[in-house]
Amino acid sequence: MSDAPLQRSNDSAQRRPATPMAQQILDRGSLLDDAKAVPNGLKAAGAVLGLGFLAVNAAIAFIVIDGRLDGEWYDFRDLGNAIARLRAELDDTSAGPWLSYWVTGVIGAVGILSFLGGFLLIGSWIERRLLARFQIRMGPNRVGPFGLLQPLADALKLMQKEVLIPLGADRMLFYLPPILVFIPAMLAWGPVPWAPNMSYLDLNVGLLYVISITSLSVLAIWMAGWASNNHYALLGSMRTVAMMVSYEIPISLSLLVVVLLTGSLNLGDIVAWQADHNIWLGALLPFAMFTFFFSSTAEINRTPNDIAEAESEIVAGFHTEYSGMKAGLFLAVELGNALLVGALLATFFLGGYSMFGLEEWIPPYLILAAKATAGYFAFIWLRATLPRFRIDQLMSFAWKYLIPLSIANVLVVAIEASIAARWDVEGIFIYGSFAIVNLGITAFAVRSWAKVVGYTPDLERPVGTRIAPRIGGLKEAKRIQAGA
Amino acid sequence: MESTGIVVAFYVLSAMTVMSALSVFLMRNLVHAIVFLVLSFIGMAGLFVTLSADFIAVAQILIYAGAISVLLVFAVMLTPLASRNNGNSLYAAPGLLLGAAIAAIVVFTAIDVEWNELTGTALEERAFLDTISGIGDLLLGRYILAFEVASVLLLFALLGAIVLVTDRGEVDTEAEAEDGASGAVAADDAV
Repeated sequence: MSDAPLQRSNDSAQRRPATPMAQQILDRGSLLDDAKAVPNGLKAAGAVLGLGFLAVNAAIAFIVIDGRLDGEWYDFRDLGNAIARLRAELDDTSAGPWLSYWVTGVIGAVGILSFLGGFLLIGSWIERRLLARFQIRMGPNRVGPFGLLQPLADALKLMQKEVLIPLGADRMLFYLPPILVFIPAMLAWGPVPWAPNMSYLDLNVGLLYVISITSLSVLAIWMAGWASNNHYALLGSMRTVAMMVSYEIPISLSLLVVVLLTGSLNLGDIVAWQADHNIWLGALLPFAMFTFFFSSTAEINRTPNDIAEAESEIVAGFHTEYSGMKAGLFLAVELGNALLVGALLATFFLGGYSMFGLEEWIPPYLILAAKATAGYFAFIWLRATLPRFRIDQLMSFAWKYLIPLSIANVLVVAIEASIAARWDVEGIFIYGSFAIVNLGITAFAVRSWAKVVGYTPDLERPVGTRIAPRIGGLKEAKRIQAGA
Repeated sequence: MESTGIVVAFYVLSAMTVMSALSVFLMRNLVHAIVFLVLSFIGMAGLFVTLSADFIAVAQILIYAGAISVLLVFAVMLTPLASRNNGNSLYAAPGLLLGAAIAAIVVFTAIDVEWNELTGTALEERAFLDTISGIGDLLLGRYILAFEVASVLLLFALLGAIVLVTDRGEVDTEAEAEDGASGAVAADDAV
């Protein structure tokens, strides 16, 4: 390679990539090319199926909105009403209320478990394929078509492996954590509303319930680290405990803001509030949404904050000593929690099952599933993009940055909530102006507070490029491009 | 107390709470004791649920099982010989005395109070559905003074923790700022 600075040429034939990696980036096809490569027959079949689905939905929705089915659906598209009717019929029988409790409990549990189980089967494949795509690799593509059966093969392998118990481990505490960590991950799905009238636990304190149940997994992780009799595991678990305890405060404060505006702790009411006012709380409360998203990555050990199991520092963190399906349970919980946080993010900040009237036409639970999967995709994107924080950076970010700003945010939103309660104006105007004001305040506060507490040593702040012009840095490239 | 489900739940949860509370002080390993303590907290939360006190139940899990237990975990991690033999204690006799006194107070109160047990339709008429708005009204209405006093107390505790871990009288160089930045861990070391 010559020392000549980067030349930008409009002629793509003469464009010479700097590295083999750059050559690969140029050579790889886009998603559009992949889509074009699908055989025409498959495209036609997909189009027929999709259009047919939409047509059936539209026909049923027309009948329902027309009032021919007393305004409610009883088919697959509104399972909530169907089950409520089933409950009413069971209550009328002589068996008493326990029968309807049992039946609906079993139906709901089976529904949530099968949704989550199906996701766990496909989720790790999605994550690995997408990560591979981000990193210009192929990803798993050997087992089954497109490698779709890879998670199944992984699970079978994990089940066959022997579960080792290290010498000197605390046997009782070593057995429990993979089970205990699974329980909160399942229970926290309870209050999530999938449609109007369709949540497994319709609690008045649903939001507090979610916070408290998810905080229980700290103990299981600490037990795993303590019982392993391994320094890396103990370090990982202590990091996790410190991190989770710190990041629970910003999460609670960001959800407190949601409660201030909506005036309810019931997750269904929060979604209904957003649907009524035709506004997403994420647009209204950008800082709370950012806080929730970022702190959640710390709570569930996703990448910007996955120091609890930083592979390059402490082998695998708290589950270093776990093998076989016990390790598999930890990994599955991690996967499921990512989807759970996606669903909670959608419920609190992105309108939940509602989509500006679209929920009248397609099943609301499909909308929520799509939003949760979009949240999961954002987590994968972050994992492929961002490096990992150090533990002290993470701690100071929570305590010095997120918590003071969250408290200020609570103050601002409390003022706005009292204004909205006293001022009798059309909702969309007052909340629209709040959204603009909040966005401005957030941008200003984030920048200025970062200047106050930020780690910006003067010595390391580059005044100009030092080495970059020699090898053709960005500035140099811009200078050349400008026509010098 | 008429449906069998509630009765069964009451006895199962009570047994769980009492047995794990017993295990807390019979265990010689402090770490196991913490695990049983959390189990008894969760059993208490279940008992609150059977009394349809949903907010108290969730607060029990959030504060006791989620937060207090982590505090105890940190305390145990800083205790030498936490997982060894902890059979003997200098405070066995005063501890037993205090426990007996508290038990006597609870039993005396339970006998002394006139319990208005409601059944059937009378119970259904008095059913309170939404405890959380009632608690909120009381906290910010009738008991506003106590609420404010508690929040000022918590604020002082927060400030005290910050003051305890702050390096005073030293030049705040970058290296030290980094060392001192690791929040909770540093705080525990200082305490």
